[in-house]
Amino acid sequence: MKMAKYVLKRLVLMFFVLFVITTTCFMLVRILPRPIPEYKNLQEIIYARWDALGYNEPLLVQYGIYLKNIFTSWDFGTSWYINVNVPAWDLLTDRLLPTVLVNLYSLIISIPIGIGLGVYAAIKKNKWQDTVISTAVMIFISVPAYVYAFLVQYFLYFKFNLLPLQVYSLADAGGSWFTWKMFKSMIAPVLALSFGQIAGLCRYTRAELTETLTSDYMLLARTKGLTRSQATSRHALKNAMVPILPMIISTFIGVLSGSFVIEQIFSIPGVGQLYLTSIRLFDYDVFMMDSIFYTFISLLAGIAVDISYGFIDPRIRMGE
Amino acid sequence: MDNKQYDSIPKEKFTLIHHGEKISDKKFEDKPIGYFKDALIRFKKNKASVIAFWIILGIVAFAFLSPILITNHDSTFMCNMYSKKPARIASLSNLKLFDGGVDTKSNESGYIKMLAIGMGAADTDGSGVTLEEGLNSPYSPMIEIGEPYEQVVSKTKSTTYYPFRVDAYLREGFVYRSIEQAEYEKIKAWENETGLQVLYPVIDNNEWTMDPEDANYWYKTNEKGQPVKVSASGDATLIKYSDNLVLEDNYMRDADGNVMFYTYAGGGNHESAQYRVRVLYYNYYQYLYGSTPDYIMGTDSQGYDLALRIASGIKLSLMISICVSVINFIIGAIWGAIAGYYGGTVDILMERFTDILSGVPFIVVATLFVIHLSTKVGAIGCLLFAYILTGWIGTSSRVRTQFYRFKNQEYVMAARTLGAKDSRIIWKHIFPNTLGTIITSVALVIPSTILSESNLSFLGIIKLNTSSYISLGNLLADASGIWTNYPHLMIYPALFISLLMISFNLFGNGLRDAFNPSLRGTEE
Repeated sequence: MKMAKYVLKRLVLMFFVLFVITTTCFMLVRILPRPIPEYKNLQEIIYARWDALGYNEPLLVQYGIYLKNIFTSWDFGTSWYINVNVPAWDLLTDRLLPTVLVNLYSLIISIPIGIGLGVYAAIKKNKWQDTVISTAVMIFISVPAYVYAFLVQYFLYFKFNLLPLQVYSLADAGGSWFTWKMFKSMIAPVLALSFGQIAGLCRYTRAELTETLTSDYMLLARTKGLTRSQATSRHALKNAMVPILPMIISTFIGVLSGSFVIEQIFSIPGVGQLYLTSIRLFDYDVFMMDSIFYTFISLLAGIAVDISYGFIDPRIRMGE
Repeated sequence: MDNKQYDSIPKEKFTLIHHGEKISDKKFEDKPIGYFKDALIRFKKNKASVIAFWIILGIVAFAFLSPILITNHDSTFMCNMYSKKPARIASLSNLKLFDGGVDTKSNESGYIKMLAIGMGAADTDGSGVTLEEGLNSPYSPMIEIGEPYEQVVSKTKSTTYYPFRVDAYLREGFVYRSIEQAEYEKIKAWENETGLQVLYPVIDNNEWTMDPEDANYWYKTNEKGQPVKVSASGDATLIKYSDNLVLEDNYMRDADGNVMFYTYAGGGNHESAQYRVRVLYYNYYQYLYGSTPDYIMGTDSQGYDLALRIASGIKLSLMISICVSVINFIIGAIWGAIAGYYGGTVDILMERFTDILSGVPFIVVATLFVIHLSTKVGAIGCLLFAYILTGWIGTSSRVRTQFYRFKNQEYVMAARTLGAKDSRIIWKHIFPNTLGTIITSVALVIPSTILSESNLSFLGIIKLNTSSYISLGNLLADASGIWTNYPHLMIYPALFISLLMISFNLFGNGLRDAFNPSLRGTEE
């Protein structure tokens, strides 16, 4: 019961924070000058729509209309420049799948490799294997994502000519996001994303596991007759997972927001690219909605981490 | 056994040690090791961090000293003729890294055009030149010539390709320039002084001129750019490539048959008359700027010296990140100290405020700042504001935690009992305890700021690109479309930013371990 109360409290707080941020963001965006789209035959529709969205009313009234539209018809405004006269929400949902797929593939690769390497490094602590892994991890964590992207492009495309350079449209890839051709074209960005994630997971796992490996209950486990591998897998690893799992959960939620740099370099039609395009073209309704989306995702990830601790580790009681 | 004989030592054999000395407040014989001293000692033991520290110093030295040490022009110097060129240093041109060379291949007419640049440069007065003289000319762009090979282009056709390594600077060859007469005289004087030839014979504009704007076609060509030999009757025969290649020049000649070094391009009187001249750009560059084009890392996409651009990018990154970490340090320390020391309602209110601020994704903050303020405070100002708006939260929460730990300890209570004011307790008694953690976080803020700054400029959200400074991210963004043809544009900035990130992270981790008292003694 206490748990439910805690979750509820966090959720209420989250929506309060979201509301404050949305309001500020809205005010800051709406006071900007708004270029009029130059489509002669659409002019009347556009003006009618602008009227309906309250562009000519005072700022607070505009905000009222904006909130009302969201709550009554899930209407986040309209895109005028990226796609003409298309609901902003549709634009976002169209771009969600590519982002999610690329990030998900990369997570599927990096979680086992990252945790595996981390565990191995922790077991071989202070031996040469650990030194090699830790050094590599340090380098891979520090190097920015675009450098990986360049390297992957260089080696896969130009040096060895392994992968198809690009897929021009959804139809070109066979009309679906799940075809083999589409998957092949995704390998490069997935790889570029994975290096950093593998390194991050590996470092975290190593740090947690080395801590649990030196704790007293491990000594007890060994004393009562378990072999080293038994003790490690049954006791140390389980305890080390307590902080690692929430991190993975938050990464899973973070998948939705994707990676701006990778999407930009590999021209993935994802949420990050939508955000960048909306800034470039001054498509403020889309920008506004994308900002709310990102804020929501980051808040949600924070809550998910906190709550998941309570589910994973029975010793941790939330809200007490 | 033997001990027995000590049973009866006479009393006078004893003397008192420390007799008459004051030993109660004796000073330590070695120096006391305080918190920071201890941290320093432990930091020095961490080899990787020490190396990282020296690398950082090296990069900083590069950023600040490179305009003085490695080049003879300043960072705003730009020559758009020599843009996107690889590294070249005239005195080190035996090394492949600094020969300014590009490996390429060409068909026959392109190959002859390359060879003709050297031949044209060797032929100073239109008296004719052999291929060998051309190749031996110091202005021949050819560095290495490979074996020609056949490549099938379609079912019925195959083309011969000539692979070669060419000097990207000399490849520009000749260009046309319009200059005033005074300038012309100056160039003449400079030529006499240095013995380097800048002005070369101008080319006739006739049916054998393929492109009147391309000053490198000094020989007669057909409309496809292939060299031809023209007989007296006006029939053209193709010249094929051979080892004793001779090209027929197409120079403009006066009535006496001498080549002309300029044509009038317009203008009225003696002073303002424009001369159209054909210059060998490599020497013209030396005439204009006083030195051979030496670029230790090549030139960037606009023609700036890449090394100096990188240096200014590093300076910019360091300046922004150090400003950000210092300001965040101050704000975070004050905010965290107040929230942590007073606790209760004050703390709750302040925490809610930071909750809201930290909920805003950084990229949204940066974008809004750029949209609203970039015309007023400039791009760097926007970036600083954006970092400062949310950046101090991490520091403040660390300080707050430390304050919660220390504020109820006995020495604080003692100080309060003795009548110390709140501000004195906060800053004199508790705050020094938090310094270790804060310094670490400040050191780790620097690499993360560098990273996100370069990300933002790479994505084009913020434009840090002027003639006097550029961000490393902007350099990479400029390179991103074209780096497969000009790899140095990407390699050097990427190398420097990676090095900077790795060494700052190592350095920060070393500091964290050194300042963490719980790790004390575990290394041994």
